[in-house]
Amino acid sequence: MQVKTTILSLPTEEFVHPGTRSCTGCGLAIAYRVGLKALGKDTILVVPPSCLTVLQGLFPVASTKLPCLNVTFASTAAAATGILASLKTKGNDHTAVAAWAGDGGTGDIGLQALSGAAERGDNFIYFCYDNEGYMNTGAQRSGTTPIGAITANTPFKGKLQQKKDVPAIMAAHKLSYVAACSAAYPLDLYDKIRNCLHLPGTKYFHIHIPCPPGWGYDPRYGIKIGRLAVETGYYDLYEIVNGEFKLTAASEKLIEKRKLVPVHEYFRTQSRFRLLTDTQIAEIQRQIDEKWKGYYKQEE
Amino acid sequence: MHIIENGNTAAALGVKLCRASVIAAYPITPQTPLTEKLSEYVERGDMKAEYIPVESEHSALAVCIAASSAGARVFTATSANGLLYMHEQVQWASGARLPIVMCVVNRAVGAPWNIWNDQQDSISQRDTGWIQIYCADHQQIIDAVIKAYWIAEKVSIPIMVCYDGYILSHTFMPFDLPDQKTVDAFLPPFKPDYALRPEEPANLNTVTLPDVRLDVRGELAHSYMEIRYLLQEELRTTLDVAADAEKRFAEIFGRQSDPFIESYRCDDADCVALGLGSLTYQLRVSVDALRKEGIKVGVMGLRFYRPFPDEAIAGALKGKKSVVVFEKAISYGYEGALTSDLKSALYEHLAGTGTLPSIQNFIAGIGGRDIRTEDLTQMFRTATQGRVSKEPLWIGLKL
Repeated sequence: MQVKTTILSLPTEEFVHPGTRSCTGCGLAIAYRVGLKALGKDTILVVPPSCLTVLQGLFPVASTKLPCLNVTFASTAAAATGILASLKTKGNDHTAVAAWAGDGGTGDIGLQALSGAAERGDNFIYFCYDNEGYMNTGAQRSGTTPIGAITANTPFKGKLQQKKDVPAIMAAHKLSYVAACSAAYPLDLYDKIRNCLHLPGTKYFHIHIPCPPGWGYDPRYGIKIGRLAVETGYYDLYEIVNGEFKLTAASEKLIEKRKLVPVHEYFRTQSRFRLLTDTQIAEIQRQIDEKWKGYYKQEE
Repeated sequence: MHIIENGNTAAALGVKLCRASVIAAYPITPQTPLTEKLSEYVERGDMKAEYIPVESEHSALAVCIAASSAGARVFTATSANGLLYMHEQVQWASGARLPIVMCVVNRAVGAPWNIWNDQQDSISQRDTGWIQIYCADHQQIIDAVIKAYWIAEKVSIPIMVCYDGYILSHTFMPFDLPDQKTVDAFLPPFKPDYALRPEEPANLNTVTLPDVRLDVRGELAHSYMEIRYLLQEELRTTLDVAADAEKRFAEIFGRQSDPFIESYRCDDADCVALGLGSLTYQLRVSVDALRKEGIKVGVMGLRFYRPFPDEAIAGALKGKKSVVVFEKAISYGYEGALTSDLKSALYEHLAGTGTLPSIQNFIAGIGGRDIRTEDLTQMFRTATQGRVSKEPLWIGLKL
């Protein structure tokens, strides 16, 4: 049984300076702060252009206390491979390499390089912080924007297509570790990172990131909304360790409860979902119930 | 030791002798035998390096950029569309001031598809802030790779070593293979000013603003414009570094050549042909033929294309009546890029002296179209009489 980290046992050392350039209430700022605590001091970071580039600050000032290489949009995972290769040639097998990219930088433009690195089994941790759109460029749709969401380039009809299941794509690479996390459950993220550090090959983290300007809500409700996504069974926390799927944390508890919060409770918290009709919401609810029937069955 | 090998192997041997420690490559004809050779060296244990078989050229240069930022001596190679697919990364590598060495095995770019030789690929990357060296034979390929690492690491600017696909990459030629001791004496281990490491954290290539900003100590730091200006300035002074490299190379290897221009029978020539790569060696045959007819011609092969050795070229061409530029690429919508650059250099250094030669531009061998020496000689002969046409003339065109 793994020991669960609590807010009291979380390390106090910070690797992100206060006063970053993130928006008020940014979910990424939470995930990044806690994620770097879990990775620790002996880490080199790779970041493509994204909200994180802005969060980290403008030259010559940086808010992150770890070495970080900013790279082109499509090349994050390949750059992680390059750093790893360089460390290897120097006999360094202790420094961790961690990539942090947005959902567009991961599931859209960065997918090819990520798939290549995962197939080669390069030993680094890849974090996709999924705020469900190109939020840094003004909230355009991405592959992981959910169906029905209004974005800057789906302004009147909302996105017509389903959210791309990027962790499933990564799991198909037969990785040693795939995890789905949420900024609303930072301690779950922390424990998952600590638990997978020793595993070989590429490790993939998908982190659901509430985004006040992109999703349309008052910044103070970010955690509440992130939790609602989990409590409604809409976004699930899980890990896949060497091919074995398991719900974790709050999602795991939902198995015992056998009761999900109706998904419209989640949708009504964000203005991006204001075009969703009752029929569409009923269909999404049906899909969620169907998915959870599968989870319940697995448990029996 | 003299050996007989193909051009790709000459390049691979150069990379091995330079002890590159991270190699990343994606297959594309005619580059493949070069990177296959390197994978062979690494797998067999002849070369201590990480060989990363990436999923694209974009990633090949990404691996090199990151590994170089973390302090490794890196290598990649590509051709044609592979180089074009890298284009974003090509710009990134020079902006980030990384001493990457990349062989470009010159090939035509699509569309339509064509796998044969011309130089449109590397010429199209002229303005990316990389140093470009062109080779005319196998000895030049292996020597250029060795010199390239020395120069690149001196000035922190990446270098393309360009050589013609098939004509050099796949043909066998004798060349001198230096021993490891000699190369080690020439090229010290790579010691970057900064490499990514947790003990000394830095955030590299962050966002810069249009104007300069204060750093945490209250001192003004460079911004984008200063960083880019320094790239230009240091590219220009790279010409001196290249001359130093040549001197050092001659002292250690005992082989000497002009760093910028390789001249053949030019001293008393009235008309000089100018070009890049193996074509200039073929033109030597034309020079000999025309000399037999009593026409005073010579040929110059340009070794450095970027930075452009304008002063050396203008000096070498001073007093010549005409220059004939043969190119395997074109700046579409105008003329051969080398022709334009030459005109600019001559205007700068010879304007008003009354010694400006006439210039004729020929385009040849596009998409691997066979360049017959008789045709070259014929065109060259015509051009010795003065300029034939304002527009570039395409040799061997069948319209």
